[in-house]
Amino acid sequence: MRHLMNPLDFSVEELDQLMDLAGDIEAHPEKYAHACEGKKLATLFYEPSTRTRLSHEAAMLNLGGSIMGFSSAASSSAAKGESVSDTIRMISCYADICAMRHPKEGAPMVASQHSTIPVINAGDGGHQHPTQTLTDLLTIRSLKGRLNHLKIGLCGDLKFGRTVHSLINALVRYEDIEFVLISPEELRLPGYVRKDVLDKKHIPYTEVVRLEEALPTLDLLYMTRVQKERFFNEEDYVRMKDFYILDKAKMALAPKDMLVLHPLPRVNEISVEVDDDPRAVYFKQVQYGVYIRMALILTLLDIHVD
Amino acid sequence: MVENRLNIGKISEGFVLDHIQAGKSMEIYKHLRLDKLDCCVAIIKNARSNKMGKKDIIKIECPIDIIDLDILGFIDHNITVNIIENETIVDKRQLKLPKEIKNVIKCKNPRCITSIEQELDHIFVLTDEENEVYRCKYCEEKYNRH
Ligand SMILES: [Zn+2]
Repeated sequence: MRHLMNPLDFSVEELDQLMDLAGDIEAHPEKYAHACEGKKLATLFYEPSTRTRLSHEAAMLNLGGSIMGFSSAASSSAAKGESVSDTIRMISCYADICAMRHPKEGAPMVASQHSTIPVINAGDGGHQHPTQTLTDLLTIRSLKGRLNHLKIGLCGDLKFGRTVHSLINALVRYEDIEFVLISPEELRLPGYVRKDVLDKKHIPYTEVVRLEEALPTLDLLYMTRVQKERFFNEEDYVRMKDFYILDKAKMALAPKDMLVLHPLPRVNEISVEVDDDPRAVYFKQVQYGVYIRMALILTLLDIHVD
Repeated sequence: MVENRLNIGKISEGFVLDHIQAGKSMEIYKHLRLDKLDCCVAIIKNARSNKMGKKDIIKIECPIDIIDLDILGFIDHNITVNIIENETIVDKRQLKLPKEIKNVIKCKNPRCITSIEQELDHIFVLTDEENEVYRCKYCEEKYNRH
């Protein structure tokens, strides 16, 4: 039985198959409308994350399956001190597959060790959020047509942004990838990611502070939030936050076919005036998130649709 | 030999752990759980050594299958493990970095599931042999020796 703990759990070939399946689901949703009839997805959300939970639930419902679960630790038996390993043993008797979100890193892995049903890591602390990475990859592949020969700008909080770290780890497995790391000095990509991932694999990258400088050459811009609490003082935050507001004027500097992605929710780093730009694909990304989770559920449940 | 100045009797069956970095012997005593064993253990601290200046030595009189020495490879793979039978050294074991270590070190990441889940083994996995990097199996936090 397979679980999904880390985006790298799937080989590049397996990812291709998964994304092919997601593509087929997008093209022929009706074919899959009953594929999971009689199957139940449990969403075990020990901390609230409405978007991620709804995305998994929408995926299962689109496949004709049903859903059950909880959306905060307070409303679950965890509040009574039940361990993750006991909870999953119980859930295994009720459901066919589960998605777990937990504030503690490694909790879904503990669950997978005691589970008799597939476990999807739907986010564990600052560690992994593999379905977001799969979503990002599918969005890029579907809208850009490829996952190689790309120059990718990563902008915002590169220090704590786990979606960025995961995406880097996933993309370096493809050919001819180049990164432009756009962040304030305080939020630079951590040394271990630069050293252990980029340098080790000889992936070219440049680091810049100004977004304008990077924009004209990018195939793809991945925006993330710069959170106020990451800064030591208000002054630095105010100085930096305007640098990273993507607006119409900045978009005018970007190539015509550059895509803008964002893991959402956005706060103010992308001005709403950009939303109508055909290059802004962050809402389409949400839709791809459902397709990839549908493909994932089918794959982990080993269900094949002809 | 230098260590014999302390007049510690010969071992008929067991181990002599030699070339332990000076001062580290109690740590090894703890990790090998020698306090739990009902056998004769001698710890020699700060013995003179030509190679190391100073070193520690541990002699353990016990059946040789009773102790799991893999962990020594993690603590210090430069330790010489002499296996004794009939009062003579019959074998010297090469120490390697173990692929996995269980319940020897604790994960220090406060966000790690090991910080709250009862009865969960603390497991570290060798992820980079060249640089001797171990990471928590659950949260992937790097273990820093120093
Ligand atoms: Zn840990």
